[in-house]
Amino acid sequence: MLLKENGIPIPEGKAAHSPEEVQQIAAEMNQPVVIKAQAWTTSRLAKGLIQFAETPAEAFQKARELFGKSVNNFPVEVLLVEKRLKIEREFYGGVIINDAAKAPEIIFSSKGGSGIEEIALKYPDRVGRMKIDVVEGLKDYHARNLIRRTGIHGSEQGKLADMLVKLWKVARKYEARTAEINPMVITSEGQFLAADCRITVDDYAVFRHPELGIEIAREFDHPPTPLDKIAYAAEKNDFRGTFYFIQLEQGFKKGEGFIGFHGAGGGGSMMSMDAVQKRGFKIANFTDTSGNPPASKVYRAAKILLSQKNIDGYFGSGSGVASQEQVNSARGLVKAFREDKLGVPAVIRLGGNMEDEAVDILTRYTADLPVKVEGYKKDDPADFCAERLEALIAEHKTQQVRYPENGLTAGHLPADAKKPYEFKTLTGRVLFDHALCAECKNPVCVSACGPQILKLESGKPVLAISEAEAAKGKCTECLACELECYFHGNKGAYVELPVPGLEEYRTRVN
Amino acid sequence: MSILIDETKRVLIQGITGREGMSRAKLMMEYGTKVVAGCTPGKGGEEVLGVPVFDTVEEAVKESGGIDVSVIFVPAPIVKNAALEAIEAGVKLLVLVPDRVPIYDVLEISRKAKEYGAQFLGPNTLGVLSPGKGVLGMIGGRAKAAREWFKPGSVGVASRSGGMTSSLAYYLSKSGIGLSTIVHVGGDAVVGLPHPAIIKLFEQDPETRAVVMFGEIGTSQEEMVADLIQNREFTKPLIAYIGGRAAKKGTRFSHAGAIVEGNSGTWEGKVKRLREVGAHVVENFNDIPAETLELLGHF
Ligand code: SF4
Ligand code: SF4
Repeated sequence: MLLKENGIPIPEGKAAHSPEEVQQIAAEMNQPVVIKAQAWTTSRLAKGLIQFAETPAEAFQKARELFGKSVNNFPVEVLLVEKRLKIEREFYGGVIINDAAKAPEIIFSSKGGSGIEEIALKYPDRVGRMKIDVVEGLKDYHARNLIRRTGIHGSEQGKLADMLVKLWKVARKYEARTAEINPMVITSEGQFLAADCRITVDDYAVFRHPELGIEIAREFDHPPTPLDKIAYAAEKNDFRGTFYFIQLEQGFKKGEGFIGFHGAGGGGSMMSMDAVQKRGFKIANFTDTSGNPPASKVYRAAKILLSQKNIDGYFGSGSGVASQEQVNSARGLVKAFREDKLGVPAVIRLGGNMEDEAVDILTRYTADLPVKVEGYKKDDPADFCAERLEALIAEHKTQQVRYPENGLTAGHLPADAKKPYEFKTLTGRVLFDHALCAECKNPVCVSACGPQILKLESGKPVLAISEAEAAKGKCTECLACELECYFHGNKGAYVELPVPGLEEYRTRVN
Repeated sequence: MSILIDETKRVLIQGITGREGMSRAKLMMEYGTKVVAGCTPGKGGEEVLGVPVFDTVEEAVKESGGIDVSVIFVPAPIVKNAALEAIEAGVKLLVLVPDRVPIYDVLEISRKAKEYGAQFLGPNTLGVLSPGKGVLGMIGGRAKAAREWFKPGSVGVASRSGGMTSSLAYYLSKSGIGLSTIVHVGGDAVVGLPHPAIIKLFEQDPETRAVVMFGEIGTSQEEMVADLIQNREFTKPLIAYIGGRAAKKGTRFSHAGAIVEGNSGTWEGKVKRLREVGAHVVENFNDIPAETLELLGHF
């Protein structure tokens, strides 16, 4: 569609959701058709996901087979029906980003069809590449020169050049990391068409392209799961630190050894996943909170991770020597574990800045939970922590997890508040129940607040700054007021940090 | 000596009045970095931590008596603007800390940098630290921790993973190996100073005797380092570790740089290339300090 809107001709086609629909479309076209499964994969032809049919009846048959298939465990739900082209010649055109040159690059080949790596290997002289000046763009004469070098002359040269320039414009406009037309074809009627194309938009730029309607901008090997989408939405507009979540496995059972994984930083996370896998566990999901995230972000990540059914343990581990302030991670985890009635053992490696305080918060404030939570520091290698998790999971099998009726939530839920005093934060709100505060002998909330934005007014905590400032980020959502109040005050503080869609998701799967 | 940062470099912080900018400025100064100016449009005339804030970079350069480096802490969507401003104002080294800077923005920054003879570290970098001298960005976090963790010496560290930069430097220091400079090249697919560029800087630094490199799958950075060794443009011992051996093809693990597309950038390919030219590729991360010590003994 993107191509068509930007002036690149494509074959006539329609999407269908049932074999009957496919048959009808084929009948309307009244000629041989191609049926393509819309799936998250490359080399569809080789995988049998593209079929050809001469008659509407045959189209029905082939469509039935395709709808029965699944790709990487995801069923085929949509088929694209196109008029079958009488192809005279095939070409390849692509825009990629060359990391070494730090510039976009256009690639053209006078051979088309298979993957470009293969073409380049077999027919090096038929492939031309050229760097593009990102500001000046690809000019018509650049494209003609490139095509000429692969041995194409005459009117074909101009028409293909036109298509390449348009492809570049699409790539630039939508900020594509890669944009390929493969194959570009000339039909026996002399038409130039983009027979198939694949565009990967830079996920960091998706926010600038609401017109694309991309729900989730991440690179997956499967369509995003409902939890992936919830996580993505929670992260989307919060630029403080990074939160990344993808489910790697689903539909597993309790006791099969699937671990909820919560990393910090790509490199350290990969090493930590290796460590758990070495002990025979499997990774249910990949989560990363890094770049000095606030406690609220870690909290949301943990809640989403814990929404996965049937995990056997929780493993948190990054590089081991993090520059980020680990107390924030510790507080985020504690709040999530308490609210969600953590039912599996957790081992968290909190090495790095403020690790002593962080481990202290994590272990002391989870000591009353009926499952074990252990915290480790920078001198404890990931392998050792994975070993601890294994031991705790073994031990845990014989235990019964029982929580008090109301759980062990830190703070009171806003619904119970008798005299609520509240203010907005960047992504949620802070609530003090002044009825409880009035009885509080130890108003720790004020001194615990890192950015010092609270003060006591006739014995009760209120904002010492304007509401607007608090809402703009002066309240760092560090969660210190809530946790310290729960353990040392009168349980009058609560920080509400909604995760849109999560409750509905949980009720749906349970 | 050291590369990129020491105690003499005059540093500007763009976005000094924001949450990250302010807290990181404090840490940098506490560690010894010479922060001489800040820049936030509309906040000119204010002061943050005793540092004067200017409306534009041009003004900061003029009024502060010269800027060697600008460290950028502004939201990702406006990094491009901030970087182009600094380059045009004549700043020759930029550190782009934010994550999620759109790739075409990075390409535009790169083009402008080439035009003006400027260089940039990042985006998506924790920065660079020369033990005992100075830090740009956020390596080490708190100054006190950074002083405890990283000891000065003659081994250079370059890493594509932010977290592993500190870990690696810490474990090396703990084993008695001092460090000249620690660099996080940034986690994205396109970065201003990738491994090969940093390796060249280490080659020129007389104090650096060997380099430890934490590579990753994806991009062609490690292969280019191998080329440098082959062409004798890098002649010091190199100890390398490549992360991401077990990663699935096509799925990203957190940062954009670590994705394997097609057959380039694979773990096997990188390890093979580096070994061919005589680099010491270590397969077990925990063996890096011992291997480094042994190599240093030989030179
Ligand atoms: S510690 Fe809790 S109960 Fe006490 S004043 Fe603060 S918010 Fe209220
Ligand atoms: S009010 Fe203070 S202590 Fe509470 S979350 Fe906000 S910053 Fe933290």
